[in-house]
Amino acid sequence: MATETTAAEGSSLVFHPMDQFIVKPLFGGEVAWYTPTNVTLWLFFAVLAIIGLLVLSTSKRAIVPTRMQSIAELAYGFIYKMLEDICGKEGVKYFPYVMTLFMFIVTANFLGLIPTSFTTTSHFAVTIPLALAVFLTVTVLGFVKNGAGFLSLFWVSSAPLALRPILAIIELISYFVRPVSHSIRLAGNVMAGHAVIKVFAGFAAVAVISPVSVLAITAMYGLEVLVAFIQAYVFTILTCVYLKDALHPHH
Amino acid sequence: MATEPIAAEAVGKCVDSHGSAIGMPQLCFDWFPNQIFWLVITLVVIFLVLSRVALPRIAAILAERQGTITNDLAAAEDLKAKAVEAEEAYNKALADARAEAQRIAAEARAEIQADLDDAIAKADAEIAAKAAESEKAIAEIRAGALESIQQVANDTAAELVTALGGEADVKTISSAVSAQMKG
Repeated sequence: MATETTAAEGSSLVFHPMDQFIVKPLFGGEVAWYTPTNVTLWLFFAVLAIIGLLVLSTSKRAIVPTRMQSIAELAYGFIYKMLEDICGKEGVKYFPYVMTLFMFIVTANFLGLIPTSFTTTSHFAVTIPLALAVFLTVTVLGFVKNGAGFLSLFWVSSAPLALRPILAIIELISYFVRPVSHSIRLAGNVMAGHAVIKVFAGFAAVAVISPVSVLAITAMYGLEVLVAFIQAYVFTILTCVYLKDALHPHH
Repeated sequence: MATEPIAAEAVGKCVDSHGSAIGMPQLCFDWFPNQIFWLVITLVVIFLVLSRVALPRIAAILAERQGTITNDLAAAEDLKAKAVEAEEAYNKALADARAEAQRIAAEARAEIQADLDDAIAKADAEIAAKAAESEKAIAEIRAGALESIQQVANDTAAELVTALGGEADVKTISSAVSAQMKG
């Protein structure tokens, strides 16, 4: 994807929109499974940000919250209410898991918006394990909670009998596509936005176009701020919906 | 951000000799174990921090705030009831004071009326006494006047008799005048 274009006036426009996603070891050497890389660094920053936001800001336990404590409480209330609305009272048990997913994705997305940072959530290697974890948890939980009754998720009892086998196949396929769409949606959105910003940045090398380029980057950045939150929200709400299927599989 | 050259040993299937990505870095499976390993560690750390520290603490803060708000609302309700009570007491006191004032005014008015009546009665009596006295004086004056007339008539008659060359007999004249005046 490292497209190289030559501008008409002779100065070379070089686009490397995907270079920002390269995994690099922090201290040189090969990228082995244990090597500390820029992935490690930015995951670590995400952990720090979460601790700062949810632990340090609430350390005073103020009745009248400070700004940071307000944000922590808002995040808590937001996810708690979402989970309770979708899954009901039984779902509240899984709140720490859902909150972990949401906080990780939202902080990683926003950290990725810092210029020259590395966006961990733009990698399938990050989002696929997240989605698979949700998928496996939901499947196992569904069978543990409902036994074979979990299979009624695929048997649409409200449809005419003749249609049910066909619907069952469709439901089955859609069930197994879930982790794919779940993970690619997040990584794809984040990656695309960052790559587009990089392409616009490449155009800034041409003096005539550069004002347009700067404006376009600014606009894209605004959009990316929205995407960073919305994708975290979408990932979390889908997790809640899948969890609801495991808890109440009957249509 | 790989514009700066990277170490030669990092060059592999996914990075070319200029340090640029070959294809999508997202699809470089050489890097998957590394990313997954660190991701799992990160998620475990975040989960432990959230479930052990952050979430119970925030839940406690929210519960405490809810409790405080409930208490404050109850206290406000109490204070409101007290305020209503105080207002009622105030209104009652006001009504009492007004009634008292009216009573005092009526009393004062009655007292003044009684005094006034007394004074009028006394004045009437005085006026009556003065009128009686005056009438008496007038009667006396009238009697005096009659006597004076008789005296004058006697004297005038005596003078007339003398002037006509007669001899004035006091007894005769006085009886004649008296007879005239009675007649």
